[in-house]
Amino acid sequence: MTRHLLLATLLSTTIAGAAFAATVDPADTLAENQSFSFWLLDATATLDPQLIESVEDSDVARQLFEGLYTEADNGDLIPAGALDYTVSDDKLTYTFHLRPESKWSNGDPVTAGDYVYAWQRLADPATASSYAWYAELAQIENATAVIAGEKPPTDLGVKAVDDLTLEVKLAQPLPYFVKMTVHSALLPVHKATIDAFGAKWTDPGNLVGNGAYVLSEHKPGEKVVVSRNHNYWNDAATVLETGVFLTINDNSIALTRYDAGELDNVAIPSGMYPQLSADRPDEAFSAPRACTYYYLMNMDAEKGPEALKDPRVRLALSYAVDRNIITDKILQSGQIPAYTLTPAAMAGFTVPEVDYATWTQEERNEKAKALLAEAGYGPDNPLKLTLNYNTDEGHKKIAIAVQQFYKAIGVELTLNNMEWKVHSDIMHERTYELARSAWCGDYNEASTFLDLFTSSSGFNDVAYMSEAYDKLMAESKTMADPQPNYTEAEKLLAADMPIIPIYHYTSSRMLKADIRGYASHNVFGNWYLKDIYRVAE
Amino acid sequence: MLSYIFKRLLVAIPTLLILIVASAILMHAAPGGPFTGERKLPAEVLANLNAKYGLDEPLWKQVLIYLKGLIFHFDFGVSFKYKDRTVNDILAQGFPVTLVYGFWSFVVATALGVLSGVIAAIKQNSWADYLVLSLAIAGAVLPGFVLAPVLVLVFTLKLGWLPGGGWEDGQWQYLVMPVIALSTAYIASIARIMRSSMLEVLTSNHIRTARAKGLPEWKVITRHALKPAMLPVMSYLGPAFVGMITGSVVVDQYFSTGGIGKSFVDSALNRDYSVMLGITILVGALTIFFNLLVDILYAWIDPKIRY
Repeated sequence: MTRHLLLATLLSTTIAGAAFAATVDPADTLAENQSFSFWLLDATATLDPQLIESVEDSDVARQLFEGLYTEADNGDLIPAGALDYTVSDDKLTYTFHLRPESKWSNGDPVTAGDYVYAWQRLADPATASSYAWYAELAQIENATAVIAGEKPPTDLGVKAVDDLTLEVKLAQPLPYFVKMTVHSALLPVHKATIDAFGAKWTDPGNLVGNGAYVLSEHKPGEKVVVSRNHNYWNDAATVLETGVFLTINDNSIALTRYDAGELDNVAIPSGMYPQLSADRPDEAFSAPRACTYYYLMNMDAEKGPEALKDPRVRLALSYAVDRNIITDKILQSGQIPAYTLTPAAMAGFTVPEVDYATWTQEERNEKAKALLAEAGYGPDNPLKLTLNYNTDEGHKKIAIAVQQFYKAIGVELTLNNMEWKVHSDIMHERTYELARSAWCGDYNEASTFLDLFTSSSGFNDVAYMSEAYDKLMAESKTMADPQPNYTEAEKLLAADMPIIPIYHYTSSRMLKADIRGYASHNVFGNWYLKDIYRVAE
Repeated sequence: MLSYIFKRLLVAIPTLLILIVASAILMHAAPGGPFTGERKLPAEVLANLNAKYGLDEPLWKQVLIYLKGLIFHFDFGVSFKYKDRTVNDILAQGFPVTLVYGFWSFVVATALGVLSGVIAAIKQNSWADYLVLSLAIAGAVLPGFVLAPVLVLVFTLKLGWLPGGGWEDGQWQYLVMPVIALSTAYIASIARIMRSSMLEVLTSNHIRTARAKGLPEWKVITRHALKPAMLPVMSYLGPAFVGMITGSVVVDQYFSTGGIGKSFVDSALNRDYSVMLGITILVGALTIFFNLLVDILYAWIDPKIRY
């Protein structure tokens, strides 16, 4: 299985091969203490896969539940709950063959019915999952009608042919459908447990999962402890005994506690990466993440400012932002200057060369001034705009830098910081001028970014309405290799410039030198305790 | 006295009701809702969420339903954010935590605050007085969010004496730093109030009489000065006690104690209406109760006060 859209090129695909586990290097001596302690910024909100919304919750749930596929460090799919799958000729029916030895932590076998139940549960209005839209995004047949309550959950396009065969019907071909099954929303759950305990089914002692670990302790805001699930099908190849997740709401304190030996893995507070990577190169690392930071420019016909409806103004505002200063002088953790929406880190995606990315900043500034003058703005009639951002030191620093960049081209930028919910509300209402935003992909394929700005997208807070763009994205869904359309789409974004891409994220973290098997380069931060072990020093 | 207490308790009911209604109105007036996020939710998804959590009803009806659940079932509702927990669960987990570190902070703050205030007053203008005063000013201006990381740096990283955070059911090692962080500002305030009130009492007639009778100074202080000097401190301690036992966002944030101090602030930021209302009611009820308690203690300390 390669990272390049093999799925789309084959009518019938079968992936063989063993799932990864902790593959201990013969040269390593295992440490006596086989536990791993991971930092969570926030309290876990829920461990119910279908209700999960946050990164913290997914980090824990990934250890307790196992979906059809997991992801390797490099983004490759690894068969987990499924052994392999086939796709019908019309690319609308996926048949997954499940692993017969998979068991729940109480010893029950994991069946196709468990997946059917979980996916129906995701779409069921009674569950009221905020991630129900993921079933729509995955194009599962009847998802929208089920969510809207027009059809019963049993009409969702997923059924158990027999205990070990799961059949999924899609509403339209989706080349990356299998990649989407890695997401926590599509993890299977144990019906009998949910029926017995209701909302309390995720409490320690009640929770039954099919992952390599079981929940032993859960104190929201303090810690979560998981320990080996001896009923896990590949338990024999698992090394780590316990995983501890400590909630520490302050990154600096978390780093202090890492230094004191209480944590094995922690994010590096902003601005500290250069020093830490110089002092402790065997612990500090920085790797790309599937996230992009950008500014929205409101083009809404009624609520957007007049100036931003002029593409020349939008181009000028984007050109004037010196991305290198932001990544090299402000962020300093190896972030990548962004000129396109989609990060290079996405599997199978080649970042197209958009023209302004190749210019020098002087050239961009000159061009920006010329475009503004052409649009009728200059010293006598300066362009005045307001940038909204949610309260955060990092956002503030970037906003101040952008304010200075704009001063150089004669644009007066007023900065307006606000609380997160207010900021989001204003963005969705489209009652702003410029707004800070960012997106992290849901699955490892470029469309998780590019689909954001189609006319019908719920995320299109800039009111970018381009028929050409919509057509490119619609076509890409059935293409054997969608890259040409993705290239065109990115070029269209660079020409119309509805957003100002600023940088692509990196994840910079500290990891204790005696830890092996942590997926430090996975662009989604998908790591698994079952792959990790600790060596004796 | 009993009829006074009864009357005060009776007044507490409408007070709490007004608090609930006003809080509900203010919460809903804030822009954004519990389900506002990065992605604007599709209409059908949002409709399901609103239906499940009863947010599709008009506000007055939501408040009525909430009150009904509260009064008849002592049910504070469900959290919109912590989806597998009810507000009762959140309070049951978080309040005991803040109660413990808040109580010990109160004990430490009162003991040290009163003691240093008294010493400063009886040794007025001595080095002890100046020391107490400067420490009190330092304690009052030193914000918890500065003190807390310094404590972790010193006690956990440099000395290795204490764990850097967590709760572990309130074992003493986990209690030390939260109590220091929380009590410092209170020690400072109590010491300042105690000092000035003590100074005033020491110049009053009955103290002069006591001294004239030839009583030793320590007896003058403990038997005659301390009680009246405590009055202003008492009125400060009532609300301070409630403030401490209902937790501190700084303590919960920096020491991962899992108390309701952080939950309270988070609930406002998350627009988690029911959690916010639940903690508001708890804090409100405790404030009313302890203010009443202080008034009763007042009457006990000061024979001039009669209800």
